[in-house]
Amino acid sequence: MGRFGLYNTNIDFLRWRKLAMAWSITVLLIAVGSLLVRGMDLGLDFTGGTVIEVQYPRPVEIPKVRETLAKAGFGDAQTQHFGASRDVLIRIPPRHGQGNAATLSNDVLHALQAAEGGAGATLARAEFVGPQVGQELVEQGGLAALGALAGILIYVMFRFEWRLALGTIAATVHDVIFTVGWFSLLQIEFDLTVLAAVLAVIGYSVNDTVVVLDRIRENFRKRRKGSAMEIMNLSINETLSRTIMTSFVTLLSVIVLYFFGGVVMRGFSIAMIVGIVVGTYSSIYIASATALYLGVSREDLLPRAQEAVDDRP
Amino acid sequence: MSTPYTLNQYPWWKYLLIGLVMLWGLIFALPNLFGEDPAVQISGARANIAIDAAFQNRVAALLDVDKLSSKRLELENGRLLIRFPDTEVQLKAADILKDRLGRDYIVALNLASSAPDFLRAMGLNPMYLGLDLRGGVHFLMQVDMDATIKQIEDGYVDEIRAQLRAEKVQYTSVGRVAGGGVQVEFKDEAERDKAAQALRKQLPSLQQSEPDSLSLRLTLGEPEIKEKRDFALQQNITTLRNRVNELGVAEPIIQQQGSDRIVVQLPGVQDTARAKEILGATATLEFRLADEENDWNQAASTGRIPLNSRLYKDREGRPVLLQKRVMLTGDSIVDAASGLDQQSGGPAVFITLDGKGAKRMEDGTKDNVGKRMAVVFIENKTETKRVDGELKKTAYTVEEVINVATIRDRLGRRFQITGLDSTREARDLALLLRAGALVSPIEIIEERTVGPSAGKENIAQGFRAAMISLLVIAAFMTLRYKTFGLIATAALVANVVLIIAALSMLQATLTLPGIAGIVLTMGMAVDANVLIYERIREELRNGNSPQAAIHAGFDRAFDTILDSNLTTLIAAIMLFGFGTGPIKGFAVTLSIGILTSMFTAVTGSRALVNLLYGGRKLQKLTV
Repeated sequence: MGRFGLYNTNIDFLRWRKLAMAWSITVLLIAVGSLLVRGMDLGLDFTGGTVIEVQYPRPVEIPKVRETLAKAGFGDAQTQHFGASRDVLIRIPPRHGQGNAATLSNDVLHALQAAEGGAGATLARAEFVGPQVGQELVEQGGLAALGALAGILIYVMFRFEWRLALGTIAATVHDVIFTVGWFSLLQIEFDLTVLAAVLAVIGYSVNDTVVVLDRIRENFRKRRKGSAMEIMNLSINETLSRTIMTSFVTLLSVIVLYFFGGVVMRGFSIAMIVGIVVGTYSSIYIASATALYLGVSREDLLPRAQEAVDDRP
Repeated sequence: MSTPYTLNQYPWWKYLLIGLVMLWGLIFALPNLFGEDPAVQISGARANIAIDAAFQNRVAALLDVDKLSSKRLELENGRLLIRFPDTEVQLKAADILKDRLGRDYIVALNLASSAPDFLRAMGLNPMYLGLDLRGGVHFLMQVDMDATIKQIEDGYVDEIRAQLRAEKVQYTSVGRVAGGGVQVEFKDEAERDKAAQALRKQLPSLQQSEPDSLSLRLTLGEPEIKEKRDFALQQNITTLRNRVNELGVAEPIIQQQGSDRIVVQLPGVQDTARAKEILGATATLEFRLADEENDWNQAASTGRIPLNSRLYKDREGRPVLLQKRVMLTGDSIVDAASGLDQQSGGPAVFITLDGKGAKRMEDGTKDNVGKRMAVVFIENKTETKRVDGELKKTAYTVEEVINVATIRDRLGRRFQITGLDSTREARDLALLLRAGALVSPIEIIEERTVGPSAGKENIAQGFRAAMISLLVIAAFMTLRYKTFGLIATAALVANVVLIIAALSMLQATLTLPGIAGIVLTMGMAVDANVLIYERIREELRNGNSPQAAIHAGFDRAFDTILDSNLTTLIAAIMLFGFGTGPIKGFAVTLSIGILTSMFTAVTGSRALVNLLYGGRKLQKLTV
């Protein structure tokens, strides 16, 4: 029945664990390095400032828009097309003490409407975020991520065992750093929706890992023979088809979102796509390899029966 | 349950229960099918303005005059709702009605659900769309509490001065000090002790301390500060509510967030500049008597300001010398209306005071008829600057004498200010004053505006993404799991219906990220089915009979499904706790989606499998 040929596989995954670990550590170092050197292209939500999306009745040329803005005193504005040649996205960095920042979007729109070819331009979206709000969001976002990790750690510890829990968290942290590093390396804008996606990746990555862990636990209890490594390998092989399938289906829905969900959801979709792909890899390798390194054994996963007491003479 | 035939059969009540849940879902999701009508909503500006059948006829007649075709007029909860066939007519009608009905009525643009009456009568509503989907403005405002406390202390300075004078205590100065509190200086210790005793009795809420032998410091107690802060926030919320009413918004949201912030959401507002002008500006008035004994120009040019006076400027920049003592502040104003002065014909603002204010005004003016009184217009502004990498927020006030007028008579509860430049200025000033003079400066720290067409586009894109996602998943599942794939698809559709039903019932806000949450849940809901089906395949490979394999597949996969869903739920809840606006929408749909998918993907699809395969002798099973 193995139509897709993923059944009865007997791949010695964990034989490559050193290689996988080395690869993961290298990639993570690159990610962290990029975060330190290049930093993040943080979106308006975090930096503060103003973003204005203007829709023209006809296609417009960016240099002309720039010229108009510079004349109106917005020389520091970044201008680009957004989705279509009729849509223009204007970013203005936080201003210091220059009038009321809250009326900025209206001033910009009026300047554009007054310029040649600007008649009929409409405001599609305007966002102004004060600097203090941005800083709070950075803090709160970090706290939410830590809170989610802590909550999941406690849950997995309660349901499984601390070595497996640590393995799960290692896998999850791995996925988060990889995803965030991806955004840093390619300098893709990191906004609030991307942060939401990263938190969803945390949930999803654990979701995926837990399936493998469940099987590891089941097999440890069921099979009397075999080393920890053998049983883990067996469990990974048994769940391989499932791991790939579920990731693939979720990936499908996120890819659809990338292509059809509109420009606003692009960053979100990219984060989810990266997170799901790397999450699948980490469920197979990182979680079990970490638990193995921590010395997980059959005894750790047996149901807590009275055996220990009974064994005493 | 001993024979394999009964292995995969549910008792009848389980099918009934699932049927009832689905029926519930369909009923609650139903109102979303009907869309919305552009509408205009009219309500009375004050409580005593009746919106009744007679008024409805009047409005209908007004619309007839301009041949504006309305779909329907509805009278409910003291409001009149007029539905229009399209936005163009709606906007035109709103303008005309605003003009003809005058200030007694609030005319607001609205979108009204066009679901049939019986659904609305049952209390069923479509999902509540967030601002990113329906268009509108979102403001986050911060109340400047430091300024609030400063103002209160300033008030105490006046009060203390008056008390000491009444008790005939000699003092050299009274003033606010930098660290907070009010400090009074004396010539000798005996006077100070006398003052301390008197103030303890008259102003018991102030805490006293003695920094040195010749001074007395009075500070606000913690409970009083907290009380004043809460009051300042509440007063601001009330004021904003009134101002939003002036703007004419159908379903505004004005809420406290945290200890010093206010969220204002104005769905459908298009003229954001005007909204900001009205919401963002904070103005107070002070009435002060003019200093009639000194020469104003001389004081300005020499810089020698008489001890009991303060130098101001009027709008042309000319010096105005006023008494230091504030006769009356803006918070005594109960109403202010603009109109035309009957004598001069120029724009004027008519002011009504509360009882205490009226008394102070009478006392202040009775001996000063023929002398001049000035109105100082105080605008509170804030700006945020980065100083040495640190964000520093500074509040500053712009004080301007907007009017100096001769007191013609002893003034009481009602009087008027003239000398304003234009009717528009008179109207704006009256508007700000009527809304109740603001005590604390307030700053917009976040703004998100979505144009109405962009909102529609977002809905269209979100809907399209969800549909395509559903189709792609359905195609893939059917290809891979055949009949079981169809069952999973049916469960998936049921899941989407239940999510929409839950959102409609809770009236939780649906945002664009919320739609992304629904799309994501689709992928994850199928996860559960994949888990079950892969498990069934595995059991079949291990040589189990089809019925046993189905049973074991559902049974064994359940633990895993529970674990994996709960961990995602933990992340979703964290997101909700942290989330602002759109992100909260994502967390909400994700959480609801996880819960409903547990039901549809496990119980729902099991029921379908049982119906199809349960109790039959199966030789072969294609999964």
